[in-house]
Amino acid sequence: MSPLHAHIAGIGFWSDGLPDWTGATVYATTGALPEAAAARPAPQLLAPNERRRAPPSVLVALEVALAACREAGIEPAQLPSVFASTHGDIGITDYMCTTLAQAPRELSPTRFHNSVHNAAAGYWTIGAGCTRTATAISAHRGSFAQGLVEALAQLACDAEAVLLVGYDTASTGLLGTVTHSRGLLGGALVLTRAGHGPRLAARLEDGEALPGTGPLALHAGGNAMAPMLPLFDALATGAPAVALHAGPGRRLCVDLGHG
Amino acid sequence: MPAIAIRAFSATTALGRGLAAQAEALAHRRGGLRRNDFGADPLPTWIGRVDGLEDAALPPSLGQWECRNNRLAWLALQQDGLADALAVQIARHGADRIALVIGTSTSSIGASEEGYARAEPAADGTMAFPEDLRRPIVHTPHSLGDFLHNATGLRGPCITVATACSSSAKVFAQAARLIHAGVVDAALVGGVDTLCGSVLFGFNALGLVSSEPCRPFDADRDGLSLGEAGGFAVLERDEADDAGDAGLQLRGYGESSDAHHMSAPHPEGLGASLAMRDALARAGAQPDEVGYLNLHGTSTPANDAIEARAVSALFPASLHASSTKGWTGHTLGAAGIVESVFALLALRDGLLPGILNSSSPDPDCGPQIRFDNARRDIGLAMNNSFGFGGNNCSLVFGRAGA
Repeated sequence: MSPLHAHIAGIGFWSDGLPDWTGATVYATTGALPEAAAARPAPQLLAPNERRRAPPSVLVALEVALAACREAGIEPAQLPSVFASTHGDIGITDYMCTTLAQAPRELSPTRFHNSVHNAAAGYWTIGAGCTRTATAISAHRGSFAQGLVEALAQLACDAEAVLLVGYDTASTGLLGTVTHSRGLLGGALVLTRAGHGPRLAARLEDGEALPGTGPLALHAGGNAMAPMLPLFDALATGAPAVALHAGPGRRLCVDLGHG
Repeated sequence: MPAIAIRAFSATTALGRGLAAQAEALAHRRGGLRRNDFGADPLPTWIGRVDGLEDAALPPSLGQWECRNNRLAWLALQQDGLADALAVQIARHGADRIALVIGTSTSSIGASEEGYARAEPAADGTMAFPEDLRRPIVHTPHSLGDFLHNATGLRGPCITVATACSSSAKVFAQAARLIHAGVVDAALVGGVDTLCGSVLFGFNALGLVSSEPCRPFDADRDGLSLGEAGGFAVLERDEADDAGDAGLQLRGYGESSDAHHMSAPHPEGLGASLAMRDALARAGAQPDEVGYLNLHGTSTPANDAIEARAVSALFPASLHASSTKGWTGHTLGAAGIVESVFALLALRDGLLPGILNSSSPDPDCGPQIRFDNARRDIGLAMNNSFGFGGNNCSLVFGRAGA
């Protein structure tokens, strides 16, 4: 395939200990961790009462999405969006399965509608007043790479700019005995067809992507969304190219122009 | 947008396996709903259950993905020449130039539910899944995509789309983009969702489940009937001549968000209207060119009233629009593919389904809503699929040269 292109107009990032992209770039380039990092994302898009009730997947996704839009200087309501998550909200799945095993008629309706894989996408469009298309995908360890391909395909077809968000939560409960994911992690990119920011060109090919060895990949490598971290390491350190896992035996080769 | 060719398509639902069973049941108005007999503690409702899944084990080589949802995926994949159509595409383009974009709402969460219900103490005394369910891949949403990736040997992008009840409509849009952007030349799209505790008790908790067979657009409708289904379509860039196929095409897609509420539709049907207008615009079509519209039509009081208003604001009174959920139940993440298949059957055969179980027209719904079947050739067919999170998708299908 010929490569798909975009400019990266804005970046959002949140992981335990590194609550924003500035902190992440400082850590990636100097090794210094921010002093008082928030323990939990608090996205301004949600009203305070919603912020208290929202599951961690929604909090982290909305936090990084809004940060990326702010850096890009683009109104969230204008952007079609792609939300990629390996497992969705593991805590909610654990709640659903536990309740169904014990007292199915007591299932919470709110937790049920929050259990859909597109919950973060739904809260994002509601909070942002965005009527553009939003999608939610999973491709296991290739989730972020496939989300990036979808976002780039939207740009290639008819979108001027697209929001891409990758996130996963910590595994918990019985589900955590078979599904392993540590901490909370989110990363977002606002990708534009033309404009400012690093240039990105991506193409799929055969081959394995090596596990990340950069500072961010090592810092948050236990999270299920860790396969996206080599890209964020490359963006933080100015590396010219990176390969992302894109499914069994396949990788997404990403060239970056930082000039 | 440039049209995308549909080389093969199929659905397996409570009506039976494959296209002939669907067409026959639609034509004879024979529904597939039964009293709920699913699970240990069935709620008093009606369901669209696919017969025979309990006896349809996966081939041993695919045993790692064993679960009800992947069984239904495998069963649905064996119908209507899908495998042969895929083989043609692989020979023509190569397996790495064919995407696999598949929709589901709950994937194989039924296996996770079973793991919790059958949990047992492990050697160290902590609770664990029974040994037969300690297979991580069936406890994650991409279970379906990963299973089909291994079952088909396709090597292009493999994505599970999970936007609740719009999932397997949106797969057409994503696959069309991958083809138009030059990432692939063809795609296997579709969707599979199976009955499970999460959706039966979840929709019950929201007060959206009827105790009777659902009655879409009936004045006295009081909720939905849940169902399970699987279906697929083989899409290809519309360049190569494929002698023998019916010349069916994806002409347009439209996607939108309500930006209103997680589980209630926008009161004015804003997202529904945007999706339908967007789909018609991409198809370069006017509303009066559409001969059949398969509605989302869940049979909840809110959805049907709002969707009917959005339809009557956009389409002339001559449109034949219906919900087929009285036949199959609401198959959630599979509704997009099942009802796209029904729209394609309307194009291919001229069979326009009406609505099953409904008898009292809702005076708030327009003349487009048809209870009776009709038979005539049409130019374009559409399908609406709307999901939680206010996630909407409309599709326009047509015939080559028409």
